[in-house]
Amino acid sequence: MTGREAAARRRALVCVAPTVVALGALTVYPGVWVLWLSLQRRIPIFDISRFAGFENYAFLAVDPRFWSAARTTAVFTLGSVALEVVLGVAAALAIRAQERGRRVALSLLLLAWAMPAVVGAKLFEWLYHPAAGLINVALGRHAVNWLGDPSVALPAVILADVWRTMPFVAILCYARLLAIPADVYEAAQVDGAGRIATLTRITLPLLGRILLLAVLFRTLDALRAFDIMFVLTGGGPAGTTETLTVYAYRALFQTLQLGFGSAVSVVVFALVMAVAWAYLRLLRVGTVAA
Amino acid sequence: MRARARALGDALVVLALAAYAIPFFWQLLTSFKPEAELLRVPPLLPSRLTLAHYQVVVSQSLMPRALGNSLGIATLTTLLSLTAGVPAAYAVARLPLPGKRLLLLAIVASTAFPQIATVSPLYLLMRALELRDTWAGLILVHASFALPLTIWLLAGFVREIPIEAEEAASVDGAGLVSMFRWVLIPLLAPGLASTALLTFLFSWNEFLFAYTFTVSEASRTIPVALALFPGVFEVPWGDIAAASMLASLPPVVIVIALQRFLVRGLVAGAVKE
Repeated sequence: MTGREAAARRRALVCVAPTVVALGALTVYPGVWVLWLSLQRRIPIFDISRFAGFENYAFLAVDPRFWSAARTTAVFTLGSVALEVVLGVAAALAIRAQERGRRVALSLLLLAWAMPAVVGAKLFEWLYHPAAGLINVALGRHAVNWLGDPSVALPAVILADVWRTMPFVAILCYARLLAIPADVYEAAQVDGAGRIATLTRITLPLLGRILLLAVLFRTLDALRAFDIMFVLTGGGPAGTTETLTVYAYRALFQTLQLGFGSAVSVVVFALVMAVAWAYLRLLRVGTVAA
Repeated sequence: MRARARALGDALVVLALAAYAIPFFWQLLTSFKPEAELLRVPPLLPSRLTLAHYQVVVSQSLMPRALGNSLGIATLTTLLSLTAGVPAAYAVARLPLPGKRLLLLAIVASTAFPQIATVSPLYLLMRALELRDTWAGLILVHASFALPLTIWLLAGFVREIPIEAEEAASVDGAGLVSMFRWVLIPLLAPGLASTALLTFLFSWNEFLFAYTFTVSEASRTIPVALALFPGVFEVPWGDIAAASMLASLPPVVIVIALQRFLVRGLVAGAVKE
């Protein structure tokens, strides 16, 4: 190695040192510590702190509340991501087709995405108000108790989440649509392709890859979603909107079971990593095929 | 005729998206509605507009303090994560960094990292270091959490800069710091703006860590103050609406005034390989 190369490597190490220290101390170290915590029985208010092996995980396997939260997480994730994709693609196509007014359209769209999830939750809490909420008023005073009725609370929470996060999917698709060269469409027109054929044969396939990525990001976000249900319903009514993350949080900070709560968080962690890994494999396979 | 149909179509799209934003506009209207008319719907429109809810929020709630906390914490988080992120991104994009693959893998993996996974150890860490309920604690946590995305975005933007500029600087014998100051950062400015906006929004909007690590008005951020907005006998919908509007003020300004940078950042994060 020449002196010049050695100097460049030294520079590189100096440049990344703060990052490595920060990520090491505040991400990696806690990430390992949580595994250790999950193997303990730790309830500070009763002064309990002992090693428990896999007790917490064994309990989870037979814990109906855990399985209910797992099911809720799955329904929330699938419902929310599916709706976002459909609405997001539609919004992207609509804005792409605009000749004028795109800036205004994008502003209106991004408004929902940019504000805090807690604000989103407050907006929908007010829309869902049983007596004065805009939704019940629009429905002609059916007086559905959106957030209090166990049969509709989860769909209501999903809707609020879709409203806030669909713009993300739409923006990614919109950017991809802008990058499709105009002559692709001109060629299709020359070949006599109709509007529907152009959409299904050209536009949607070209969106494929970015959609996969958008779905990946959104799935990961939906799996770990917390703010929207914590503020909107607190996991209720009757636990119907309690996701794994909310369950973990309540175990950790409401019943103060640091060990058990950590075990639930480790499950969320593992789930998210498994999904990320599966998607990345899928994406890589997709690249080779394309 | 065709031009007319086009204009109509364009207007329809804007109209549809305005309808999409109704939850926001409805809350905006609510924040100006007289108390007595809040629960009497229809009519949808109030008989008059009032600033009463904003007066209550500004003079009698903890929202002004929370706004200050959020502005400070989000700004310092952004500065800190850019300060650490720019050199790291430069090293990743341009320098022969040992273990680069491992670092990139860690960066990609940590963007998938769920906050709930580290909240319990971080809570113990914050308590042990006496950083609970301080700006510093939340800034450190926010900045480290935002750092992977910051580096990812900035590395992409650095790669777009022609390498000749840096080489010219190094031939001139400029040190690393002055090369950053005089060459890299000016060329990187638009990318820096996009990255800064996303980091700022992340910190401004973040709830789970902020809710867990803050105890009092000394460090409570806007989303936490809003989630805990007190009602004595009944829910003060008008005051909550006014508080929500204050909480969405910076995001709204960013969306309207700095849209170009925001969209660029959002798209770059997903498309860069």
